[in-house]
Amino acid sequence: MKQSDIPTGSGSSPSAVPFWRDAGKRALVFQLAALLIVAGTCYYLFSNTQANLERQSIATGFGFLDKEASFEIAESVIAYSAADTYRKALLVGALNTLKVSFIGIILTTILGTFIGIARLSSNWLISRLSGMFIEVMQNIPVLLQLFFWYAIFYEAFPSPRQALNPFNGVFLCNRGLIFAIPEAHAAYPAMAWTFLIILVIGWFLNRWGYRRQELTGQAFPALRITAAAAILLPLGVWFLYGTPTAMNVPVLRGFNFQGGLTVSPEFSALLLGLVLYTSAFVAEIVRAGIQSISRGQIEAAMAIGLRPGRVLQLVVLPQALRVIIPPLTSQMLNLTKNSTLAIAIGYADFVAVTNTTINQTGQAIEGVALIMIVYLFFSLSTSVFMNWYNKRMALVER
Amino acid sequence: MNQPAPARRVQLKPPVTNVGVLGWLRSNLFNTWYNSILTVLALALLAWLIPPLVRWAFIDSLWNSTSEACRDIDGACWSVIPNNIKFIFFGFFPQGQEWRPALAMVMLLALVFYSKERSRWKKSLGWVWLASLVIMGILMYGGILGMPVVETSQWSGLPLTMMLSFFGMVAAYPLGVLLALGRRSKMPAIKSLCVVYIEMIRGVPLISLLFMSSIMFPLFLPEGVTIDKVLRAQIAIILFTAAYIAEVVRGGLQAMPRGQYEAADSIGLNYNQTMRLIILPQALKIVIPPTVGILLSAFKDTSLVVIIALYDVLKTTKVALSNPKWTGYSTEAYIFLAVLYFIFCYAMSSYSRRLEKELNTGH
Repeated sequence: MKQSDIPTGSGSSPSAVPFWRDAGKRALVFQLAALLIVAGTCYYLFSNTQANLERQSIATGFGFLDKEASFEIAESVIAYSAADTYRKALLVGALNTLKVSFIGIILTTILGTFIGIARLSSNWLISRLSGMFIEVMQNIPVLLQLFFWYAIFYEAFPSPRQALNPFNGVFLCNRGLIFAIPEAHAAYPAMAWTFLIILVIGWFLNRWGYRRQELTGQAFPALRITAAAAILLPLGVWFLYGTPTAMNVPVLRGFNFQGGLTVSPEFSALLLGLVLYTSAFVAEIVRAGIQSISRGQIEAAMAIGLRPGRVLQLVVLPQALRVIIPPLTSQMLNLTKNSTLAIAIGYADFVAVTNTTINQTGQAIEGVALIMIVYLFFSLSTSVFMNWYNKRMALVER
Repeated sequence: MNQPAPARRVQLKPPVTNVGVLGWLRSNLFNTWYNSILTVLALALLAWLIPPLVRWAFIDSLWNSTSEACRDIDGACWSVIPNNIKFIFFGFFPQGQEWRPALAMVMLLALVFYSKERSRWKKSLGWVWLASLVIMGILMYGGILGMPVVETSQWSGLPLTMMLSFFGMVAAYPLGVLLALGRRSKMPAIKSLCVVYIEMIRGVPLISLLFMSSIMFPLFLPEGVTIDKVLRAQIAIILFTAAYIAEVVRGGLQAMPRGQYEAADSIGLNYNQTMRLIILPQALKIVIPPTVGILLSAFKDTSLVVIIALYDVLKTTKVALSNPKWTGYSTEAYIFLAVLYFIFCYAMSSYSRRLEKELNTGH
């Protein structure tokens, strides 16, 4: 009889066990209380907001998106004018964000990898220099770095008339970086297509080579063949089209340059600041990844007679990438999120355009919600892709 | 008797190329052909960069002059800093009252410096901290002892940066630990609330939270109620940092072996005791390095309040530079600020390395 009085945790004898001593019921009470508090707060804030909006007679909803934006955007990937709608203006901003993040991520990965490897170099000077770069870049706020590079562009560089001319056809002045590009010609798109097609064929060739090696043990140099073809065939196409060499060279007309390709000071400062700041973090990640491979792995690989290149390809990289990829993903997301600082130096990214929209229409809630949704989308889609890649690289344990 | 004959020891000196400066150079800079090339390239780059920089920063520069004198030189005009230092540091704090924020900052730094030895972490130190924070608050706000009241809207410059970062870190840390515990909780409702909060905050940029605090938050409050702008930004920074700390702490919690939980259960500890006495002390210890990383970025991120027009040290510098007398010397002023931030961040990260070494009681 006595035994049944001992609480069993599921509350079998409610008369003997008060509910606050029953872990299961207590958890239920806690959760209900938490949910009630959250729901109550949300309702309170929501009703306040409703009342405030009514009092200030602000219309809610996304109807403003179809109104005329009537503000100019300095740089745009697609055609845009002040007569277009807010919807289009926001799209321009989102594309500008994508542009700077995409280029920034590629450059950061390259620079960060180089500096991370240089940090491990047996060369004392190189290792110390990269260590200094990492410390300095990591310890200065990225916003300050952006202001710094922007100030360099605006104050240290001369006006277009006295533009610096470090190489033939490249000008550096306070209007940005202006350089010559090849004159549009049918040869260039054809070359690009050839290159892409060779990459696709190369991918299949590599898979076929790998499978043949699995079956027969004979290696097939798919990578080398693809690399050679990717360089030589577009060059051949260029010769077929009669080797066009005409260049679109920037010329000083009045107060500014015409022709060529102009990279605005805002974009350059933003890209430079983001890439230098983030690559310091990427360098530390790459260094840690390489250092995580124990010396024995490399020695074992060399003992079974692999050449240094194969050691790197088959033993070091697959293991190091596993350590590198998860933190690398979060650095790439950081770069994308830090690109919102563009607003401080006047680059028209998504946040800057939304901010202008909020100021013009007063639709603060919709604006901030849009910013959050767009960045959540960027973040979540990057993590989905990276998780997929990470799963492919992950250790398959027995 | 198969003993080997005692070898006659001849003390040969190591080759001159393997010892001393020459040996060091050989093994560290010229050990392979590509390293030799790299060394030469790096030296060439330094020789190309350093002399003009030194000439700009030190030889052709002016350190304490008028802005007119700066127009005639090619070098750096460091004079922009001493001439504006009061505004850069204290911003719009009323004239003649600057000693108050200065004293508060000195107090904070002295306390931080005193507290860095672990042997001094006692209960009494906690009370000293609490009392000092109250004194600092009184110093900043005034209102008694004949000190005129200074509204928070006038708090600016370095005190604002330090306040936002200090309270951002101190308040975000416990909140982050709670969120991490919530995310590891077995109660589905608590767990999902914490997951949604953490993932949502980590998915959006800090700017959007700051925007929310500055333009959206006033709409949330009932009519007539307003919350101070500085406080709103402070809350946004705390909420943001807490989500990142939560993820780091969760990593530490996950690294705890099950045996630790089971051992705590077997000696009859309840949830609170298990966490407080067994799990958290170990888990928080192993995540010191990433936590400091998060706190460092929180410190650097306080500079983002520039964008919602709060006058932190970066903004006061920009305002000082917008004076026509001093426009054009941004580079010098920003380098000064960069050095300032660098000193703080470097001190924090080297302290974390020391703490990590001291706490390393692993087997």
